[in-house]
Amino acid sequence: MDTQQQSLEDLQHIKKMMERSSRFISLSGLSGIAAGICALAGAWFASQKIHCWVKGDCQLSLLMTSNGYELINDLFWIATITFLAAFVSAFVFTYLRSKKNGIPMWGITTVRLFWNMVIPVTVGGIFLIRMMQMGEYQLVAPGCLIFYGLALVNASKYTLGEVRYLGYGQIMLGLFNLWWIGYGLQFWAMGFGVLHIVYGVMMWWKYERK
Amino acid sequence: MKNPIENLNKIFDSRIRLGIMSALMVNDGVSFNELKELLDITDGNLASHLKTLDESGFIKFTKGFIGRKTNTTYAITKTGEKEFKLHLEALTKMIGSVK
Repeated sequence: MDTQQQSLEDLQHIKKMMERSSRFISLSGLSGIAAGICALAGAWFASQKIHCWVKGDCQLSLLMTSNGYELINDLFWIATITFLAAFVSAFVFTYLRSKKNGIPMWGITTVRLFWNMVIPVTVGGIFLIRMMQMGEYQLVAPGCLIFYGLALVNASKYTLGEVRYLGYGQIMLGLFNLWWIGYGLQFWAMGFGVLHIVYGVMMWWKYERK
Repeated sequence: MKNPIENLNKIFDSRIRLGIMSALMVNDGVSFNELKELLDITDGNLASHLKTLDESGFIKFTKGFIGRKTNTTYAITKTGEKEFKLHLEALTKMIGSVK
């Protein structure tokens, strides 16, 4: 009986060591929620911006000037600030979790996750920037969702496996968006906002709830 | 029927050696410092366990440098992989026999 208990503990130990050495498991659900909230805030600003440009009733005119050409520029800045805010807040919660669990944040698994995420996202980013330079704006929102989704599916091998489903969700939204052009911002808010929050809540519930 | 205990490898009795082998099974190469971090043990302790595994022919290492510091990377050998799998099977059988 004792040896059986011993064997079970050995197997659990093996599993734990395999996971800890190959996957970045500190990713916090709260990071997903924080990133989602940033994305929703960014989408709200962008919709205000577009609304004010189209209709001419600018509630936020003090914050943003609006004469035609500057719209794209402003939207670009909103997107950049949103991305940075999302990244920083996501980083903070994951950092806190890794500290709590006593797992170093910067290890072999972090580097691997980082590169597998950065490559598809950067390539996608360059592709979309070039498309915008050529005056193609319609496919930017679905493009963001599709490239981000692919990056997540790719990265899921190096972190919590559930990230894969978040990736599938983003890809699906991106593909639907291809035939619902004009609703880019809504799809974008769905994917980067709502999906992140749903994913974050589920992950927090599963792994971090006490 | 053969007793599964016969397949349990004495070398894997130690949790630390089991941990090293687990990490090497799923990674192409793991450095000394990464192993140290993973297992949370001292240099001397880790080195002695690595020596045991190396002497059994279960792991191999390549010495490299990061700046002036030595950086040794460890990997599993064919023998090590085979033995570890046998050990895993034996462990699984041991648990199976509870039912």
